[in-house]
Amino acid sequence: MQTADNLGQYRKQLAEALENTFQRKALDNFAVAYRDGRDANFAGIDRDGLIENIGTAKDAAMSRLDELFRKFCQKAEAAGAKVHFAGSDVEANEIISQIAAENNCSRIVKSKSMTAEETLLNHFLENRGYEVIETDLGEWIIQLRGEGPSHMVMPAIHLSRNEVSRLFSEVTGKQQDTDIEKLVKVARRELRQRFVSADMGISGANFAIAETGTLGIVSNEGNVRLVTTMPRVHVALVGIDKLIPTVFEALQVLKGLPRNATGQAITSYVTWITGANPSAASGSGRKNMHIVFLDNGRSALAKDPVFSQALRCVRCGACANVCPIYRLVGGHAYGHIYIGAIGLILTYFFHGRDKDKNLIENCLNCQACKQVCVAGIDLPRLIREVHTMVEHGGKKPVLSSLAGFVLKRRPLFHALLRSGRYAQKPVTGNSPYMRHLPGVFFRDHEFKALPALAKKPFRDQWDPVPFSPARPEYRVALFSGCLQDFVYPEQLLSGLRLLAGGRIEVVFVRQQGCCGLPLYMLGEHEAAADLAAWNIGSMDPGDYDYILTFCASCGSHMKENYPHLLAKQPGTGVRAERFAEKVIDFSSFVMRMGLGEAKEARAEKTRAAYHAPCHLCRGMGVRNPPRRLLERAGYEYVAHGEEETCCGLGGTYSFKFPEISATILDKKMAAVAETGADILVTDCPGCVMQLRGGAQKQKRPFEVRHMAEAITGKKR
Amino acid sequence: MNRSERTEQFTQKARAVSATVKTVATMDDALAYTVDVCAQKQACAILASGCEHALSDPAEELCGLKQWEKLIAAPNLEDRDTESLISLCRQAGIGLIEGGLAAYAGGIDVGLSLADFAISETGTLVINCPDEDLRLATMISEVHVAVLNSGDIYADSYDVADKLAGFFAKSDYTAFITGASRTADIERVLTLGVHGPLDLHVLIIDGQPSS
Repeated sequence: MQTADNLGQYRKQLAEALENTFQRKALDNFAVAYRDGRDANFAGIDRDGLIENIGTAKDAAMSRLDELFRKFCQKAEAAGAKVHFAGSDVEANEIISQIAAENNCSRIVKSKSMTAEETLLNHFLENRGYEVIETDLGEWIIQLRGEGPSHMVMPAIHLSRNEVSRLFSEVTGKQQDTDIEKLVKVARRELRQRFVSADMGISGANFAIAETGTLGIVSNEGNVRLVTTMPRVHVALVGIDKLIPTVFEALQVLKGLPRNATGQAITSYVTWITGANPSAASGSGRKNMHIVFLDNGRSALAKDPVFSQALRCVRCGACANVCPIYRLVGGHAYGHIYIGAIGLILTYFFHGRDKDKNLIENCLNCQACKQVCVAGIDLPRLIREVHTMVEHGGKKPVLSSLAGFVLKRRPLFHALLRSGRYAQKPVTGNSPYMRHLPGVFFRDHEFKALPALAKKPFRDQWDPVPFSPARPEYRVALFSGCLQDFVYPEQLLSGLRLLAGGRIEVVFVRQQGCCGLPLYMLGEHEAAADLAAWNIGSMDPGDYDYILTFCASCGSHMKENYPHLLAKQPGTGVRAERFAEKVIDFSSFVMRMGLGEAKEARAEKTRAAYHAPCHLCRGMGVRNPPRRLLERAGYEYVAHGEEETCCGLGGTYSFKFPEISATILDKKMAAVAETGADILVTDCPGCVMQLRGGAQKQKRPFEVRHMAEAITGKKR
Repeated sequence: MNRSERTEQFTQKARAVSATVKTVATMDDALAYTVDVCAQKQACAILASGCEHALSDPAEELCGLKQWEKLIAAPNLEDRDTESLISLCRQAGIGLIEGGLAAYAGGIDVGLSLADFAISETGTLVINCPDEDLRLATMISEVHVAVLNSGDIYADSYDVADKLAGFFAKSDYTAFITGASRTADIERVLTLGVHGPLDLHVLIIDGQPSS
C-alpha cells in the first residue's frame, strides 16, 4: 500500500523497492515468463474477438445495473439468500459485522476478495473482536505479516520461501523447512482446523448472474469451496460491477480471465452458488446465506461517459504483469489497494485523490496495459483523464501551468527554443551533449547524456525545391515535431533525402506547432485540445494524402488522442478523425512507397537491433514494417526479448522518476548488448534521446540511430 | 467434434493439468479401480498431506480425529453400486463413508463421485453438488476419483450454458473441477493439493448412452 504524503516521499519508497533484490528478481522472471507464455495461452481462441465481446457485454451490463440488481435480488432471495446493499465501504463492513453479531459468530474464515481489501474488512472485523483468517495461501501469508497484497492474483509474490518458512516457524511454534512443497502442506493442515472451527465464511465473487441469482467464484486452491461449505453462515461481498445478465456472459469472461491472469485455460475450481444450500453445521439444515453488494462509487462510475469502462475490469492483474514499472517496484509501491494500471484509476474513485496523487504520476504511458487488457479497457487514456482531475483538483503545479502557457503560444515557444541554444553553451562545451546539467531542473538525471539543441533547427534548413515535383503522385504534409525540429533536425534531413526528386510532394507548413502530447501528459487537456485544433487547421486533411511524421510519439498522439480531445467540439471531431486517418509513421511510409532498398548486397552485414517505440508498436499498431525495412536496407536484423518494452523515457516521466527510468533503460541496454548488435535502431526521437544517452553514458559498443539515419546513412 | 474427438480432447486437457485419466468398461471396473487406488495409497501422512510435519497443537489434534484406517467416501452412488463397493472395501480392509462427511475434515483417503458432465475444451468436470456430503467428498479427500460417461462430454462451455441455467433455477451448488487443487503462491512454484485433493483421477466409461 502506497501511503506517501508527497512525491518526494513516494520517490523514496520507490527507491527502497528498487533495492529489494529478491522482489526484483521474482518480478522480472515473472514478467518474462508471462510475456513468453501469453500467446500460447490463447492458442485456438480468437483473442481480439473475445476481448471485444467481453468489453461489449460488460458495458451493456453496466448500463442496466439497477435492473440487474433487482432481478438478482428477486432470484437469490427466492432461493433462500438474503441480499444487502451497501452504499459505501463502511456500510458494507457494518452490515457484515452485524450479520456476524446476529448469528453469534466469532470465528471467521475468508477466501480471497479484492472487494474486501477495498473496504479493509479484516481490520474492521478484527477491531470488533472477531477472529478473521485468510485461507488463500498467499493472503494468509501476508495477513500473518500484516501486509496488503502486492499483486491482485499472486498476493505474496514479493516473498521468498525463506521468509515464508520463518513466518510459519513462528506461527506453528515449530521449526519449518524451506521446501515449498512442505510449507504448502503445513498451511493445508494449519488452515484445515480453521475451516472446521469457523462459524462464518466470507468470500468475494467474480460473477453475480442476475437471471438466476447465482454467484460464480474462481479459485485454484479450493479454499473457496471450504469457506462456502463448512461454516454455517456464508457472506459474499460483491461489487455491483460483477452483475451480469446470464450464465453465458460469465462463461465468456471465464474464457479470458484465467488465461490472461495466470495462463491457465481455466482455474482448478469454479464454484457456482445459488441461494441457501443444505448445511450440516447450520441448525436449520440450510446455510445462512447473505450477499452484500457494494457500490462505493460504482453506480456513479457506470454512468460516466468516459470512465464507465473501468468497471469492465475482471481483476486478472495482467495490467501489472506487463507494466515495466510494476516489474521493478512491485505492488506495494505501485498501488494503494488495487494494483497496476487499473489501480491507478480505481484508487482515485474508490479511495480518493489524496491516495492517488503520487501514483497517478507514475505512468510511462507505454500502453502495454492497454494491449493486454482482457476487457479492452483503454487504461492509458483513463489514467491520463484521472491525472487531469488530480492536477486540477488541487493546487496546480507550476510546471504544468507554465508549459500550458508557453506551448500554446507557438512563436514564444519557438523563440524560447532558439534562445535556449545560446543559454546551453556553458553546459555543452560545444559538444552534441549537455556536459553538466543545470542541477535545479535535472537532479538525479545523471544516468544518461542529454542532447544539446541543434545549431540550426530543421525549419531554418528546409528547402522545398527537391520535394516539389511537377506532377506529384502523392501529396504529403510533414509534421516535424519539436524534438526533431530543434534537437535532431538531421533525422528529418536524412530521411527526406529518400523522398527527394521523386514522385512525392512534401509540404512543410511552418505554422505547425507542438503536437501537444507533453501537455496531455501533464494533464493540461484543454491546452492540448487547442494545439490539436491549431495543427489540424494548419494542415487540412483534405489537402494531403498523408501526414508524415518521423516521431512515433507525435504520430500516436495525433492518431489516437486528437479525436478524443476534439470530440466534444461540433464538427472538429470529424476533422480530427480525418486527420488521424492520414497520419503515418516513417517506416510504414517508406515501405508503402517501396523505398529504402539497399543499393548493393554486402558480404558482411551490419547487425541491427531494434527498439519498438511504445507509441509505434502499441500506439499506432505498427509492428512489421520497421523490421522488414531494416532487412530491405541490407541489415541483419537481430531480435531480442525486450524489443517492445518501454525505453523508460515517457516524456517528462524520466525527469519525475529518474531512478526508475534509469533502471528500465539499463535492462534495455543489457538486452541489446546481448545480441551483439552494431547499431540499435528505433523510430522515435524521444527513444533516440533516452537510448543514445544511455549508450553514451554506459559506453556501450553500439550506436543508436533513428530509422531515417539508419537506412540512408553509412553502414558501419 | 464427435464423441471420440471430445473424449480425446478432454483426456489431453485434463492430463495437461496433472489429472490421471483412464477409460474403463463398466461402473464395476470404476469401483474396483477406486478401491485399488485406495489400497495402494499409503495413509495420508505418506502422501505428504502434512500430517508428518510439525504442526501447532490444534492442527495436530485434528489429525488425531481421523481414524487410522483408510477411508473411501462415496455419497452419490446408485444403491446397487454402493452394495458392490461395500463388499470390495470389506475385502480390502477399507472403511466406507456414505454420509456425515463434515465429521471427517481431518482427511478422507479417497472420495468417489459421479460427474454430471464435462467440457473437453478445458478438461473440466461439472458436478452438481447441492448435497453437502457430495461436495465435501470432492473437497476434503486426498484423492478424488470421478466417474464420467463419454456421452456426457461437451466440446465447449457455451454448450452447457442451458444445463447450468437449469441447475441454477433453484438453490444450488455446482462445481467446475479441472485438475487437482493447486497453488503457486510461494515463489510461483506450482504445488498441488493446497486445500483440496492432491490428486484427481477421471474414469471415463466409454460406450454408454448419455445419462
